[in-house]
Amino acid sequence: MLEIYPGELEVDTIFSRWRRWGERRNYGAFITFVGTVRAEDGIEALSFDLYEPLLREWFERWQEKAQERGAVLRMAHSVGNVPVHTSSYMAAVFSPKRRVALELIEEFVEDFKANAPIWKYDVKQGERIYARDRSQRLAGSGLLDIDG
Amino acid sequence: MIKYLKKVGEAMVKVEFLGPIGKEPMEVEARTLRDVAKVLQKDEELKKWLKECAVAVNDRLVQDLDTELKDGDRVSLLPPVCGG
Repeated sequence: MLEIYPGELEVDTIFSRWRRWGERRNYGAFITFVGTVRAEDGIEALSFDLYEPLLREWFERWQEKAQERGAVLRMAHSVGNVPVHTSSYMAAVFSPKRRVALELIEEFVEDFKANAPIWKYDVKQGERIYARDRSQRLAGSGLLDIDG
Repeated sequence: MIKYLKKVGEAMVKVEFLGPIGKEPMEVEARTLRDVAKVLQKDEELKKWLKECAVAVNDRLVQDLDTELKDGDRVSLLPPVCGG
């Protein structure tokens, strides 16, 4: 249910596959979130690193929470460069009815921003620059800073 | 470092630096995460990352400096994240 792709996502293909998957399982609600790279500050692309073992564990914990509410989550994310006006992130919730899906998509996407082990870089003139200002510290950060 | 020279009670662990830190993994002798911290503090380049990094042992996030380590454990440093 977690898909990782090099470069930009083929959003239409993924969307269609997910939609058919949900229809066959009789889900009445299918909500997607698609994150698209905006042209700003002269960037050519965003670029991503991720740490797959922890990302999968984070995702599986969310999948369990979703299942307790009768819903299923799917997610796709890019690694490497993703040019402006293409997409790096898709998330979806399937549920029998809309209420749970509407709530879950917000909770899931917000927690993704704060806790998924993914690192973002701006790409300018071919150079990757870590997006430190837009990044958030994970729980327990600073543990090894014993001098501080 | 040569394994048979390690001190009694100490484990040889691998420390890896994820995302933007851009440093090759290193082997460290340590009983606990506190020992790992002492070694990493000596590296001026790493010092600035320690404040903002979370720590995982064998792919589990940990929050206790007294976490005990055994031979072959993997310690990962995770800088601030931003997906999507």
